[in-house]
Amino acid sequence: MKPEEIIDPANRVYARPRLLTEVNTHYCPGCSHGVVHRIIAELLDEMGLEDRAVGVAPVGCAVFAYNYIDVDWVEAAHGRAPAVATAISRLSPENLVFTYQGDGDLAAIGTAETIHAANRGENIAIIFINNAIYGMTGGQMAPTTLIGQRTATTPYGRRVDLNGHPLNITNLLAQLPGTCYVTRQSVHTAPAVRKAKNAIKKAFENAMAKKGTSVVEIVSTCNSGWKMTPAQANDWMVANMTEHYPLGDLKNE
Amino acid sequence: MPKIIGAVTVDAMRCKGCELCVVACPTDTLALKADDVNDRGYHYAFAARPEACIGCASCAAVCPDACIEVYRVVEK
Repeated sequence: MKPEEIIDPANRVYARPRLLTEVNTHYCPGCSHGVVHRIIAELLDEMGLEDRAVGVAPVGCAVFAYNYIDVDWVEAAHGRAPAVATAISRLSPENLVFTYQGDGDLAAIGTAETIHAANRGENIAIIFINNAIYGMTGGQMAPTTLIGQRTATTPYGRRVDLNGHPLNITNLLAQLPGTCYVTRQSVHTAPAVRKAKNAIKKAFENAMAKKGTSVVEIVSTCNSGWKMTPAQANDWMVANMTEHYPLGDLKNE
Repeated sequence: MPKIIGAVTVDAMRCKGCELCVVACPTDTLALKADDVNDRGYHYAFAARPEACIGCASCAAVCPDACIEVYRVVEK
């Protein structure tokens, strides 16, 4: 059979999710944010939660998430997404409330809000994109930057004596009794994308079942900030990031 | 034995030429268009060897811009 004969809606096994808007994203080529946006759009459609989903967008690269996924969104002040999500989930408990945050938002300026929301066991899903760098502002060091990693503000590599240790905030959150599901995933290969999708699905189910706070960390790449090609960034992530941020479930209750 | 045949289409205008689909493809079906760019100046991906496609959708799974559609038929 020729490709022209196969290309028919009846044979389609994969298409652009309905809930992604038609605009082109502002993300750099190869950015992990695009993959995670797509997973969320697919899941909200598959789970039939389009009318009940409320996302809380962060400050950072994902600040325009409300332009890309066609559900209700609230834009929070920098780092305050879990606090805003707390209010939404308490005032309208029938909704699925999730936050979408980067490491600068969740693990730096918003550490207090994140830890206290998780400690209170708010019925929200937190999606945490960890790319070990401040991507939007030009690749400066983040709390999650690895030891020895070169960034705009650590041109000779991060040093423990000067900059401290990388903050593994997902491990901290897993110790809190308020969290019900804490996992760390990645989206660098097709199998990893499917696992990450299942993890986010479980987080959404937990939020709807009012089981407590679910945290899904996605170990991501920032090829622009890391000064690599997208494929090189994926390899670098596997070789370096997964050592300090090992993939897998940390807590599943 | 039934044979699975696949086909892919790439939205060339949406593609940013990140090459992740080319790396993810197990049959080397996809490649970047070396001699052409889209409206935004990216070397977009296209099915360079369409006959090799098995419709596994690995390319679509890793595409950050959701610009790949995958089709699959089972030939008996």
